[in-house]
Amino acid sequence: MSAQPLGRSRALSADKPISIAILAMGGQGGGVLSNWIVALAESQGWAAQSTSVPGVAQRTGATIYYIEILAARAGKRPIFALMPTPGDVDIVIAAELMEAGRAMLRGLLSPDRTTLIASTHRSLAVVEKQVPGDGIADPTTIVEAAEMTARRVIAFDMQRVAEGNGGAISAAMLGVLAAADILPFARSAFESAIREEGKGVESSLRTFSAAFERTRERPREAVTRVPDKRLPTLPASAGHPTLDRLLQRIRAGFPSAVQAMVFTGVKRVVDYQDSEYGNEYLDRLEKLHRLDVAHGGAKKEYRFTVETAKYLAVAMTYEDVVRVADLKVRASRFRRVRAEIGVKNEQIVHLTEYMHPRMEEVMDTLPAPLGRFLERRPRLFRALDRIVSRGRRVRTDSLRWFIALYALASAKAFRRASLRHARELAHIERWTRTAAVHLPGNYDLATEVVACRRLIKGYSDTHARGNSKFDRVLGLVPRLESLPDAADWLRRLREAALADEQGEALDSAVKALGAAASR
Amino acid sequence: MAERSFAKEVEDLRLREGEIFRGEGILAVTKALLQSGVSYVGGYQGSPISHLMDVLADARDVLDELGIHFEACASEAAAAAMLSASVMHPLRGAVTWKSTVGTNVASDALTNLASGGVTGGALIVLGEDFGEGSSVPQERSHAFAMKSQMWLLDPRPNLESIVKAVEDGFALSEASNTPAMLQLRIRACHVHGQFVARNNVRPGFTLREALEKPRRSVDRVVLPPASLAHDKEKLEQRWPRAVEFIRAHRLNELFGPGEGEIGIVLQGGMYNSVMRALQFLGLADVYGESSVPLYVMNVTYPMVDAEVADFCRSKRAVIVVEEGHPAYLEQALIAALHRSEIGTRVHGKDFLPLGGDYTTALIEKGLSNFLAKYAPALVAREVRSPDAAPTLANKKLQALAAVVPPRPAGFCTGCPERPIFAAMKLTEKKLGQHHVSGDIGCHIFSVLPPFNIGGNTMGYGLSGAGMSAFNVKAGKRPIAVMGDGGFWHNGLSSSISNAVFNKHDGVIVIIDNHYSAATGGQDIPSSRAASSRASTNHPIAEAVKGVGVKWIRQLDRTYDVARMRAVLTEALTTPEEGPKVIIASSECMLNKQRRVKPQFNRAVADGKRVVRERFGVDEDVCTGDHACIRLSGCPSLSVKHSDDPLKDDPVAAIDNSCVGCGNCGEVSEAAVLCPSFYKADVVYNPTRLERLLTNARAGIIGFLQRIADRRRVAFAD
Repeated sequence: MSAQPLGRSRALSADKPISIAILAMGGQGGGVLSNWIVALAESQGWAAQSTSVPGVAQRTGATIYYIEILAARAGKRPIFALMPTPGDVDIVIAAELMEAGRAMLRGLLSPDRTTLIASTHRSLAVVEKQVPGDGIADPTTIVEAAEMTARRVIAFDMQRVAEGNGGAISAAMLGVLAAADILPFARSAFESAIREEGKGVESSLRTFSAAFERTRERPREAVTRVPDKRLPTLPASAGHPTLDRLLQRIRAGFPSAVQAMVFTGVKRVVDYQDSEYGNEYLDRLEKLHRLDVAHGGAKKEYRFTVETAKYLAVAMTYEDVVRVADLKVRASRFRRVRAEIGVKNEQIVHLTEYMHPRMEEVMDTLPAPLGRFLERRPRLFRALDRIVSRGRRVRTDSLRWFIALYALASAKAFRRASLRHARELAHIERWTRTAAVHLPGNYDLATEVVACRRLIKGYSDTHARGNSKFDRVLGLVPRLESLPDAADWLRRLREAALADEQGEALDSAVKALGAAASR
Repeated sequence: MAERSFAKEVEDLRLREGEIFRGEGILAVTKALLQSGVSYVGGYQGSPISHLMDVLADARDVLDELGIHFEACASEAAAAAMLSASVMHPLRGAVTWKSTVGTNVASDALTNLASGGVTGGALIVLGEDFGEGSSVPQERSHAFAMKSQMWLLDPRPNLESIVKAVEDGFALSEASNTPAMLQLRIRACHVHGQFVARNNVRPGFTLREALEKPRRSVDRVVLPPASLAHDKEKLEQRWPRAVEFIRAHRLNELFGPGEGEIGIVLQGGMYNSVMRALQFLGLADVYGESSVPLYVMNVTYPMVDAEVADFCRSKRAVIVVEEGHPAYLEQALIAALHRSEIGTRVHGKDFLPLGGDYTTALIEKGLSNFLAKYAPALVAREVRSPDAAPTLANKKLQALAAVVPPRPAGFCTGCPERPIFAAMKLTEKKLGQHHVSGDIGCHIFSVLPPFNIGGNTMGYGLSGAGMSAFNVKAGKRPIAVMGDGGFWHNGLSSSISNAVFNKHDGVIVIIDNHYSAATGGQDIPSSRAASSRASTNHPIAEAVKGVGVKWIRQLDRTYDVARMRAVLTEALTTPEEGPKVIIASSECMLNKQRRVKPQFNRAVADGKRVVRERFGVDEDVCTGDHACIRLSGCPSLSVKHSDDPLKDDPVAAIDNSCVGCGNCGEVSEAAVLCPSFYKADVVYNPTRLERLLTNARAGIIGFLQRIADRRRVAFAD
């Protein structure tokens, strides 16, 4: 009944295959890379096997490919495994940074043998993107863990190399693998595998080559949690007397450490309205800065002033239809769009904006008395809203729409008289006063109050929701101000408010606060 | 198979005697069918066996040359019923589907087929969707083999063994007048390997001959008393003949030394993992040498009692390596040894996990414990098997668990189903959360973030039936969502017609994306592609009307979010009674891009005027609230950190993979989100007149922009 003669087993061979795991997302060409490696090995007289668990046809989920290769021996047929075993993988190729992290969590990396080839670019998962605040996973944790768990790490942005050479990331990763000198095959053999496969050969070879050279020159690239902010340096002169007067005020009124942020704020408000608005901004800020100085700000590096400079600028440049129109019709914006889309010179581009102004937005821009008049007449308001409120596709490259937006943008001359402006200023008053009240007693809490302005953002319903979260969080200040770590509490509440849309995280943070306050 | 070409794979089907076939396991099966003289092939697509169907659908010439009939069946039940051709005639037939879900659907036909038995070889190729990467409940096909008395082959996962199992399966089926099932796990279906091909075989007896000379026998009909006789026949004739065939043809294999204290009894499919585990333990090598005796069951049902008893007789103990639960093999082995009064200890699920994927590491652990108990001398040697535990204990690595985000499959870039669920989410904002009954297909990804819509699924085409109890007067109506695949598979009768007949008051949304998309984009009756092989272009709306639905709304552009929301709102609030059916139709973007992209590139190269659409975000206008993402989740719409010191949170950004489907704009318009989005229509090879007009317009616009720039007193950027 046996398929092979029985007998005492012969001596066991010590041969072991080289094992390679590829972690990719659907659509990244993990299958192509896997086929190239198999073809490469077979072309060099090696035995090879690959498998995968790709799941359904969609292009988004995480997929793992697994390859084993072994130099062929006459008359022997190796038996390859169908899945990677933790601690038994020689090469891990991750087509995205978090997938490298996933490989580590699966135990695929071992400090004594595994080479990790990882692209440091990020393709964000839905759970990272949907957070109202900043939900982007910290890339530095992956790199730190890789240092501990891999024998050797080759990590840089392979996606960018691919894009720069018109190829796919799979070709870049094959280039890195070739340059890493782990597999005993010549570079030409790798390139032959690409040629044999026959699809997009030229761009793949170009990408392969670029990634190969890059690996030889600079196999590592640092990753950062949040890229550095572009803080401008204060120029000696801005080439315009009124602007220079603003620069003069910044230099005279603020310590040098905070001047960059103040200048950033001034830049924004002047761009938003006019240079006089810059003076109004500085009037407010100077008043608050004097309080900062009076309450020991020097020892705290004037954090109160820095935060106020930042959020006051944001608050004073609230988004209204005039601002949106202004930004949409600028020459610089037209240039940026062409560059972003990658429009070539001989090509024409039409731009369609998706706008949905409601009566609320129209009222924002009306003179305050007229706005209030309408507000008191809900039926009239609703009737007008029915006329105004609908989605409008605005062709900014057409003369008709361009001129309409252009005219709207120039309505900023009337902005100061609008209902919205009056409301925003009143809001700023209340908010900065709340902050200033706490400055004498608790500097850190006062600074955190300022930072809560971060909660207000977005348009229409999202904006309203942000506002209500802001009110709710600031409304809790009386409950937490007596706690020893009041500033931390407020920071925690703010972070919770940014964690999800519905405010569930905020609800539980408030509960925790209740428990702490009653202790 | 509409939009993907399998031309290269089809060529592989023509390989001749002695040539080397290189490719995937499931394609090796396809070639093996042709080598076995099969007369007809059918099936229902699904991972991991879709490629078998796809390649045959493209292989019309090859099939015609051999006189083979192929069809993409309406369901697994239809496929199983197709095997009826082999009942009275010496025709070899093969069908395939995803198991166990497909086997569940096919059971009605399989039960009847297995009762009467077959004359020609009937082979069912099961894509055993089990373990990692599986998308279905974790059950075993083994149970179907036992309950209906069909044979189950589970070959070693290499191409030679798989191909041999196909040929053995037909022969076994014919020798015992019983349908045989061939089980292939996901990784075996996708394993890349090679085997030496044989010539394709033209069936000796043709379908035409069978059709022109009908045969009948009342003995084969499942009617008493014949049906009772079938049962006797199964037990007294077919079963013993199968056991005899398996023995005589050595379908099961022995490896390792003939004698030994202990042994391993394993499913063929577990062979590679068991061998690697033994290698880690220093008891085997990569070339298949083993210090431990192995009994490899390439046929897992029926068990050959005498054969396995012979293997066990002289051993102190054996361990059964059998994936999934219940432990049918272990139980059968215990019973067989007990009956033969053999005292060998039988282990299995006491050393190995009860359920789940049997990974190499788990098998190694189980075997190691088993050996420690019965053969410590074997494991006493110094072995260094891979151990990830120390690495996994590293604090820095453990911290990753909180960082690495889950990445489940979701809607593709530009998917036409995304705006449907965006509209549903917007409808919920007005009308509150509703009971949403889900189905099988891409649309079930709506249960995941960011949509979080729907919470259950009862099976293919059953979403309507799944809400049938909720047919009482209430303040809200239930909603069922099903795809076009589910609709034609079973939905028309079980969900739609059922709702009409029972005067159901709910809403049924049928998503018509022109393909059976989740399984790889196969054609179905409502597909828009003209097909010479199949009859397509049968509108779902007409079918729905035909079974008596009065309230039907057809939307031919799912991206119209505002309209979709209006229709949903109407369906949920109209006083009209009876099922409200919404057919939301737009082409699957994955397949559309496959179809359109080459055409586009050709047109550009030919100097023709074409327009590419894509979306962008004005970073200045975006405030980083991500409301747009919570209504999208599109892979091409992401966020990025801004270098603007005044922006804390990342801003939205669209990358070059955007296909310009329109969802972003429509959603921000319908939900009144923000005016950051713009659509750019890039005109390739514009006409001269067009260029002239554009330049004129740009001149005026530029002039106005220069005036504005001059007037603006602002700091340089």
